[in-house]
Amino acid sequence: MQWIYLIPALPFLGALLLVLASGRIGKTGVTLIGCGSVGIAALVTIVAGLQFMNSGQAGYVQHLWDWVSIGTFRIGMDLRLDALSLVFTFVITFVGFLIHVYSTGYMADDPDFARFFACMNLFVGAMLLLVLGDNLLLLYFGWEGVGLCSYLLIGFWYKDPANGAAARKAFIVTRVGDTAMAIALFLLVQHTGSLQLGTVLARAQELWTTGDPTVVLIAFLLLGGAVGKSAQLPLQTWLPDAMAGPTPVSALIHAATMVTAGVYLIARTNALFVLSPSAQAAVAIVGAITLLLAGCSAFVQTDIKRVLAYSTISQIGYMFLALGVGAWSAAIFHFMTHAFFKALLFLGAGAIIVALHHEQDMFKMGGLRKSLPGVFLVFLIGSASLAALPFVTSGFYSKDQIVWLAGAAAGGNAFYSLAAVLGAFITAAYTARMIFLVFFGQEKTHVHHKPGPVMMAPLYILAVLSTLAGFIELPHTLGHLTLLSDFVSPVLPGVVTVHGGVALEWGMQALTLGLVALATWLAWRLLAAPFPDGLKQFLKNGWGFDDAYNVMFVQPFVKLAKINRRDVIDKIYTGLAAVTRGFHRAMSATQSGILRWYVMGIVMGAVIILSVIIWREYAV
Amino acid sequence: MMNTTMEGLVLAGILFVLGLISMLIRRNIIFMLISVEIMLNAAGLAFIVAAARWGQPEGQVMFMFILAMAAAEVSVGLALILQIYHQLKTLDSDEASKMRG
Repeated sequence: MQWIYLIPALPFLGALLLVLASGRIGKTGVTLIGCGSVGIAALVTIVAGLQFMNSGQAGYVQHLWDWVSIGTFRIGMDLRLDALSLVFTFVITFVGFLIHVYSTGYMADDPDFARFFACMNLFVGAMLLLVLGDNLLLLYFGWEGVGLCSYLLIGFWYKDPANGAAARKAFIVTRVGDTAMAIALFLLVQHTGSLQLGTVLARAQELWTTGDPTVVLIAFLLLGGAVGKSAQLPLQTWLPDAMAGPTPVSALIHAATMVTAGVYLIARTNALFVLSPSAQAAVAIVGAITLLLAGCSAFVQTDIKRVLAYSTISQIGYMFLALGVGAWSAAIFHFMTHAFFKALLFLGAGAIIVALHHEQDMFKMGGLRKSLPGVFLVFLIGSASLAALPFVTSGFYSKDQIVWLAGAAAGGNAFYSLAAVLGAFITAAYTARMIFLVFFGQEKTHVHHKPGPVMMAPLYILAVLSTLAGFIELPHTLGHLTLLSDFVSPVLPGVVTVHGGVALEWGMQALTLGLVALATWLAWRLLAAPFPDGLKQFLKNGWGFDDAYNVMFVQPFVKLAKINRRDVIDKIYTGLAAVTRGFHRAMSATQSGILRWYVMGIVMGAVIILSVIIWREYAV
Repeated sequence: MMNTTMEGLVLAGILFVLGLISMLIRRNIIFMLISVEIMLNAAGLAFIVAAARWGQPEGQVMFMFILAMAAAEVSVGLALILQIYHQLKTLDSDEASKMRG
């Protein structure tokens, strides 16, 4: 376990080497460093994880050095390995490694091969620091680091201005949330005097009673940060545009890892949310509404990557819903399975896109079942998992748990249940629509080259994981296995079920099964059916959020900028300069060189001074 | 005694103003130099009158200083005038206005 510092250090080192040696080590060297650093980090994670599980500790903290030390306020460069961070670290390094391997195939022809892997390694390092950091400042450091990498990689093909705009949008929109989070951290320092996770959470319980306004404010601000990073309502608008980046980036950053940082943050600071029930309810409401809105938008998209982007927003909505009702481990479980199957879907979509010569429009695909049978198989497995096909997929077990707990947990109610079930229905519908459009029907674009083994191998591994990962946690009705929730129980409070019991769960499962079947059938029927055009456009544009923000924030800002183009504020300073220059001109005009004018000047001066003196002496 | 002082000061004032006026209206540098001398002597006269009024020797001492300074000033001034004449072939002070600010 003493090697855990290597886990974030290796990708950082890889990024540094790739930046310094760019262009000098050739493609093989870049591949070795880029994939190797993450691969070794994954191995270290597995070894450290096994040691950790055998040791039976609740958490292992490694102190590397003092980062900040001012009086009694100390921030250490400390890494923390516990159940929660281990799950995240495992997913980040392992899925990250697979995506790196896949990228060597996907990006093979790109002239900026080394830059791509440098950014990817930097991202993995920052993300690992985010989840391994033992204090909130280190977490924030990683948080901003992944934001930077997200920006760099969305705008990776920077020659197209649209990509640059998408990158800026992602950066600026998440910045809104980051600001809220920074304020939350300031408040925590002010009240608890520390940012060290254990201290903060322990002090919070001493300082505040449940519902204290301060802790509620802090929890809401943290939620703001989480909402920005995880693309939840109302800051979800950046994620669909973030698909401008290369597909492996979408898989790694905008599906599997970075966007779930918000889930991690809320799970990590669960004690604060338990102390503020209104903030926790807000988490659930945000999740419930987001999962429905994004699901509906996914149903009408034509770009395959945008379908998956909206699907990601929707699935993270499920995680937020789980966090909000107090089903902490269910959210982490869904995070894990989602990382596997969504990475699989994105990489599968990438394989299709490359095979069709960068065609992303699903209506120009079709009939790929025969020409790309391998991709079809893994894509089907991923889709089944996303749609929560009962009993055989991991998505079923994780989502079923959330659907059940949305109603049954202490914070749950019928509205959440309804949203979750409806969300499952919509998910199945848009997933089925995607499969039908891409793989069935007439072939519309010819497959020009098939993905090689270096791209297919990660897909197969992820397909296996998408299926098997679900079996570590089985519902009451089917064997009742609780490996994951037992594992994370030292860090996350267990779920308290109050409403309904096993009967309700049976009912929910049967309902989900029925709805998935119905949704698939409906998607098949609706494929050809006309859809009201206005509604379609409205949904496709993500419920008009972009337009609303454009009118509310962007346009006023642009207007202000236009006014200030003439530098209204600078007028004071330019005015001061102009006055000075005017005086200078007037003074230098007196230097005429004509002696008699000088004499006149002296005389006038003397007269004035004398007049003043005389006036002062005699006038009073 | 009082009258003498007043008259002396008025004479000094008239002399000073005369020198000043000729300084302002004359363009010939030699005449301007002479005007400066008149003004200096007007100031010297005021010192003498004041010294006589108060019965103090400092006024006469001050006039000696002024005389010495005036002699030095005239010699430097004349040398400058010679140089100006060499350069410009004229004694018009307005012509010597090339060094504007």
